[in-house]
Amino acid sequence: MGEMKVSLCGIELDNPVIPASGTFGFGYEFAELYDINVLGTFSFKGTTREMRFGNPTPRIAECASGMLNSVGLQNPGVEKVIEEELPKLKKCFGKKVMANVSGFAVEDYVYCCKRLGECEQVGWLEVNVSCPNVHGGGMSFGTDAKSAAEVTSAVRKVTDKPVIIKLSPNVTDIASIARACEDAGADGISLINTLLGMRIDLKKKKPLLANVTGGLSGAAVFPVALRMVYQVHKAVKIPVVGMGGVSCAEDVIEMMLAGATAVEVGAANLINPYACRDIIEKLPEVMDKYKITSLKDIIGGIG
Amino acid sequence: MNSGIYDIICNRKIAAGVFLMEIAGDFSDMRPGQFVNIKVDGLYLRRPVSVHFADKNHLSIIYKVVGKGTEKLSETASGRLDLLTGLGNGYDLSASGRTPLLVGGGVGVPPLYYLASRLIGSTDKITVITGFNTADEVFSQDEFRALGVDLILTTADGSKGIKGFVTDAMRGLEYSYVYACGPEPMLKAVYNVSETGGEFSFEERMGCGFGACMGCSCKTLYGYKRICKDGPVLKKEEIIWEK
Repeated sequence: MGEMKVSLCGIELDNPVIPASGTFGFGYEFAELYDINVLGTFSFKGTTREMRFGNPTPRIAECASGMLNSVGLQNPGVEKVIEEELPKLKKCFGKKVMANVSGFAVEDYVYCCKRLGECEQVGWLEVNVSCPNVHGGGMSFGTDAKSAAEVTSAVRKVTDKPVIIKLSPNVTDIASIARACEDAGADGISLINTLLGMRIDLKKKKPLLANVTGGLSGAAVFPVALRMVYQVHKAVKIPVVGMGGVSCAEDVIEMMLAGATAVEVGAANLINPYACRDIIEKLPEVMDKYKITSLKDIIGGIG
Repeated sequence: MNSGIYDIICNRKIAAGVFLMEIAGDFSDMRPGQFVNIKVDGLYLRRPVSVHFADKNHLSIIYKVVGKGTEKLSETASGRLDLLTGLGNGYDLSASGRTPLLVGGGVGVPPLYYLASRLIGSTDKITVITGFNTADEVFSQDEFRALGVDLILTTADGSKGIKGFVTDAMRGLEYSYVYACGPEPMLKAVYNVSETGGEFSFEERMGCGFGACMGCSCKTLYGYKRICKDGPVLKKEEIIWEK
């Protein structure tokens, strides 16, 4: 059987498969379905300094091979996450978890990263500078190299844990933003967050989403995500975590060949709650088929 | 929640734009008020549909064609269906009292049939009000009668049963508790005229249907809830009407 282990910012993963933030809650609900310790790790629900309800409903729309969401970072706030969610997770997940953090000001990111960085269960901080669904924050940090670097260097100072910056695809030159984050001290880059999109309800002649626009994800975005992972891998020396429309073991391998050290799976979890387990089970077979003996050897393998 | 692939027994039209599908399998753990989430070929998201009846041999669902997903489902005469089952909280049967009132509108009626069938034996009298727009859309009347419940039919245009809304039929009735399922304006009207405690089943656009995506959240007096996981049934005392 092929070797699936990879190392992400100094922490070894049994396999590169990571459920993406916002599609896996805080893990324990999926633990009722299968042993989530089979995962490489997972990225928990985007956490902000204060509790957030998020956007009005409808928050979900569909499109060909994909979906739009405008959830708007609903979460219980960082202190509740530490007091309530992490202890619940501890009972069913023995590995280090990736803490996903979002904010509206540099101080918010700093506060959340400091607090979550102190938690023994947290292995990495994934800093979301790319949420398209919140106004006055989130994505605005990730669409500008200078402010992305500013967030990166600020959180870098308050934690010893690896800092992975999650980037938005809604930019003209993602490679330059990735480089700015690397220069500011990022340990890794993850991409892509969702692509900004919208749908219209023909009966009502109004937007389907109450928030008007939302983030596109699902199989439809895979080629865009793959291209951007390729570009960012070329541009930086730090590890890249690839995501966007990954739905099967073959997609994981494509992502790794494009330059991903690990691969996040998002929308697929919502259609098939066993998606990540199924992909992990299928990986050895697909590796054999394409004569891959060790996944870490194929990272960026297309040259 | 469970997941599985099941055989379709039949799928037929029972009223204007309304279909009944029967699926083979052991669904005895499904509770009234719960729903299944159906994978429809060629469409990305699953389609949540409430349960009309379930036992150890089969499951039946009644759905209205409202868009691409349900249209495609209505054209599926046979074959296999990929389902997530046992979703949502369901109604609390222990709250019924001796003389519960069940109020359903349109495709909000089916879960109340399953509920009524399970309340028989633990109650003295069950009253069911079913409301539709017009005679063409009426279904399930005979099967409710076969259960032996007190059945009232209303249509908005008066083409069958009492002319008016379900709330018109509620006037003067005595009951111990109310269970409702239907479009939100109907739920709100029932909420406003009902004089007992009750439970109301809500609908919302869902991403996953099992609590992972936060796509269908709502605010309640008991905090934020996910319609798919903490609902779809909310207690009367916790509901906040926002829309």
